[in-house]
Amino acid sequence: MSAADGNSPALALSARVRTGELSARRAAEEALQAIAASDPLLHCFNAVMADAALAAADAVDRRVAAGEDPGPLAGVPVALKDNLCTRGVPTTCSSRILEGWRPPYDATVVSRIAAAGGIAVGKTNLDEFAMGSSTENSAFGPTRNPWDLDRVPGGSSGGSAAAVAAGLVPLALGSDTGGSIRQPAALCGVVGVKPTYGLVSRYGLVAFASSLDQIGPFATNVGDAALLLEAIAGHDPADSTSIPLDPPRLVASLDHGVEGLRVGVIADFLTDASPSCADAVRRAAEALESAGASIGEVAIPELLHGLSAYYLIAPAEASSNLARYDGVRYGLRVDGPDVEAMNARTRAAGFGAEVKRRIMLGTYVLSAGYYEAYYGQAQRVRTVIVRAFATAYERFDVLLAPTSPSVAFHLGDKTGDPLQMYLSDLFTIPSNLAGHPAMSVPFALGEEAMPVGVQVLAPALAEETMFRTAAVLEAAADERARGPVRPAAPSGARG
Amino acid sequence: MAGALSPEEVAHVAHLARLELTGDEVDHFAVQLSAVLEHVESLRRLDIATVPPTSHALELVNVLREDVVRPGLDREEVLAGAPSAEAGRFRVPPILGEAP
Amino acid sequence: MSAAPAAGDALAATVIAGSSGEWEVVVGLEVHCELSTATKLFCGCPNLFGAEPNTHVCPVCLGLPGSLPVLNEGAVERAMRIGAALSCTVRPSTFHRKNYFYPDMPKDYQVTQYDEPINVGGHVELVDGTIVGIVRAHLEEDTGKTTHLGGRGRIHEADYSLVDYNRAGVPLVEIVSAPDIRSAEQARAYVGELRAILVATGASDGRMEEGSLRVDANVSVRRAGSAELGTRCEVKNLNSLRSLGRAIDFEAARQVELVESGGTVVQETRHWDEELGSTSSMRSKEEAFDYRYFQEPDLVPLVPSEEWVSAVAASIGLLPAARRHRLAEAVATDRVPAPIDQVATAVDLGLDELVVAAIGLGADRRLALARAANEAAQRPEDARALDPAAFAGLVGLEASGKLSATQAKTVLAELLAGGGDPAEIAGRLGFKALDDDAVDTLVAEVIAAHPDEWQRYVGGDDKVLQFLLGLVMRETKGRANGKVVAAAFAARRG
Repeated sequence: MSAADGNSPALALSARVRTGELSARRAAEEALQAIAASDPLLHCFNAVMADAALAAADAVDRRVAAGEDPGPLAGVPVALKDNLCTRGVPTTCSSRILEGWRPPYDATVVSRIAAAGGIAVGKTNLDEFAMGSSTENSAFGPTRNPWDLDRVPGGSSGGSAAAVAAGLVPLALGSDTGGSIRQPAALCGVVGVKPTYGLVSRYGLVAFASSLDQIGPFATNVGDAALLLEAIAGHDPADSTSIPLDPPRLVASLDHGVEGLRVGVIADFLTDASPSCADAVRRAAEALESAGASIGEVAIPELLHGLSAYYLIAPAEASSNLARYDGVRYGLRVDGPDVEAMNARTRAAGFGAEVKRRIMLGTYVLSAGYYEAYYGQAQRVRTVIVRAFATAYERFDVLLAPTSPSVAFHLGDKTGDPLQMYLSDLFTIPSNLAGHPAMSVPFALGEEAMPVGVQVLAPALAEETMFRTAAVLEAAADERARGPVRPAAPSGARG
Repeated sequence: MAGALSPEEVAHVAHLARLELTGDEVDHFAVQLSAVLEHVESLRRLDIATVPPTSHALELVNVLREDVVRPGLDREEVLAGAPSAEAGRFRVPPILGEAP
Repeated sequence: MSAAPAAGDALAATVIAGSSGEWEVVVGLEVHCELSTATKLFCGCPNLFGAEPNTHVCPVCLGLPGSLPVLNEGAVERAMRIGAALSCTVRPSTFHRKNYFYPDMPKDYQVTQYDEPINVGGHVELVDGTIVGIVRAHLEEDTGKTTHLGGRGRIHEADYSLVDYNRAGVPLVEIVSAPDIRSAEQARAYVGELRAILVATGASDGRMEEGSLRVDANVSVRRAGSAELGTRCEVKNLNSLRSLGRAIDFEAARQVELVESGGTVVQETRHWDEELGSTSSMRSKEEAFDYRYFQEPDLVPLVPSEEWVSAVAASIGLLPAARRHRLAEAVATDRVPAPIDQVATAVDLGLDELVVAAIGLGADRRLALARAANEAAQRPEDARALDPAAFAGLVGLEASGKLSATQAKTVLAELLAGGGDPAEIAGRLGFKALDDDAVDTLVAEVIAAHPDEWQRYVGGDDKVLQFLLGLVMRETKGRANGKVVAAAFAARRG
């Protein structure tokens, strides 16, 4: 099964646009109509870029008419997480402190999508400043899971995941700092990819935790995800942490199979996952074995310390990255008798509770007297995890794990206890700490007929291997487990 | 109790972070933050003093750019989102102290 | 780099006479200098002084959400030049964030270097030979500028403030000296020498009044002869060398008086008020700032190759101290050292090459230096372009007695203005020093008119010769060559 057949809607759509068989304008209109119809229910979008999208689509059609090649994403509607800067279009990070702020520049990935002919149709909802695992921390209200409107889509890139899962757009971008692409992908039955750190430019991504953040694609299938990743990856001189490499070639080798590949199941993670999530991983391993891979189990107990290390490192970096929101130059300002009071009142009014928690936690662990014990120690744990992965990768080429410990939970289930929410990231965090790529592939239906994703992990810059493994899993997966779905009431009826 | 954060410490941290909190919020956050810190206690007890810290996932060094002028922003764009501006500058309430 | 010679010249130290004994002042200086790059440290905005507010900014230096820094190669090169010029070790380095809130800081953190700076160790040699140690010289970004409106434009009385970010992100090197300075004069000399070095290496134009060179002083006092360091205060807002000197003297006196009256010096930052001539405490209530330093995740480490480090070191040329040594050696004779002031002036104005070259062509050493440092110095740009052979020729005419001093200075002025040949110019102007017979006649007249003075000279009083000489020179209206006249008197004495 290859990406070129009908199972890759984005790839197919761009092919039809480039031949002139389908106009980009038509594709954009359909996406905008789908959004208008479903978004009042789902709230995937903070902003819809109707005029800009139609103008961009027209431009693509003109290029096609002139015999030019508009690019690999020609005419494909793409949704952008609302922490990606879009020139002249509000970029809020789902926070009151940036409500209405229009960046004077585009993120590099936004420019690259446009250069590839892709059509940005809107900005999607997220947990405020990407801090959360359910999109319930958005200042503008949560996004609902299209599979069950009473459940969360996951987070922080919940809006993008749901938009793809509901069939509103074939492609979306999210950002992943501790699992914020992969976990919502798993909860929404779509593919979500976190690339190797440095593969995709962060210029224009509003920073949460700079040493962990990466931008990545959502799609209903592996082939489309590869297509989008190819379009946005590659060296950017505007980002000092950007790897000096050309974008990887992924689409072409997707169907090369897994013959002889050594696959390791991370045993430590199975015990903390729900029965269906653990089971999905085992059956995924069997599927890979049937396709010619060799399977084994690997114990990497060090990875379990990742959660604690992450909840020290990420808030520390975030506390510094979010200091600039002080009411002076842009965004919300609440006045005060002096600058210090103005700063404090602005930030109190502009930030939600989770953001405040993390800023304070981060400030604390960096402060005098605590740095070594907390932040310094977390950085050492990071090294331990990098080394543990390296040891595992001596015996295996890729690793398998659950993506999320459970299927999508109900809105409000975990909002009372921050720690409970943090546990959602247990299996995804280690890859961010190590800077490794990882992706979630919808594989099976789990508890209460909700989708379950399986996570494929690979060493740095091994995207090609990771994607071909994912392609085999996709072929073996339960088709009922993957989107798009028509937004469903709690009965779970699927469209 | 290891990892516990007192309301006074929370108030101090909130001041460092320029977050104005009510008394109730201070107490509330103290409880929640203490719970997180307690959870990470296990990490603090790991015997890894000789392990070097990782600041970067990457091994890149020497990323430089040429000392050449590149176009910036128009002042209009710069001040467009400003909460308060005057004479081409950003206006702020009185600054009480000198810069460190 | 060579091992640093011993620091601190006790002879030049300031001693403060307190009521309970003698005290000395210990000073360390932190000098921030703006680098003369075309662009800012982390973005391509122009590094230019005096533009309309907020016209040299971009997402990066404004710290807009999503922006990222990229390090300027030219800034690194200049930082390395400064390191080489200060005899520092240039080493691999990293950047850190220094976190604090202030409206002139777009990100509310400053990107700087913390525990792994690019340059460590080193020293500066002052004009008088004193050695001041350098602890470190690191890269960091500058802040924007605030203006305070209302009140007298001073921060404490302002109604509001306005912020301009043109300067935000401009590259700085912060040079931290060891506490080796012992007086206000030494502090001023140190800043002057540092400035000369910065200008000579092309790293900065070092203009204190324009703000491209900023100085903060760490001042403490201790009992004279003690080896321990007292508690220091940091003094800021020093906008000129004069302020620097005055502030050090004031602060030292303040601390001595405080301790002698039973108090203790509190480690704090103090603000110098030029009008009041005093320092005042800046942080009334708490706290040492908690900057929560951590390594900058948006930048990668800087590891200059050995080739680059060597190439930079080789490119900086002779530094002012080395040039002073070279000139002094060229001028000195076995018995008589070179005059320090003239040497320093000549080097400062870039005339040392001229003098050394002229001496190499046979010109009289002390005369060449004097004419350069005193006369040619009036027009330094022309002097730097002066042909050493012409200069040597002129000096020779005066030294051999063919021109008087006054005549020689006139010819020199002509040479500076329009070039040419000194002998030809002298001829054209009708200059010719008085011949020996004419001189001798005048000498005899003066001797006859001043018998007492003559007797004293004959008796061995050499000092009275100046008086007698002056009389002859006045008579000749500068047409006599001083040396020739002196020789005539000496000959008559026998």
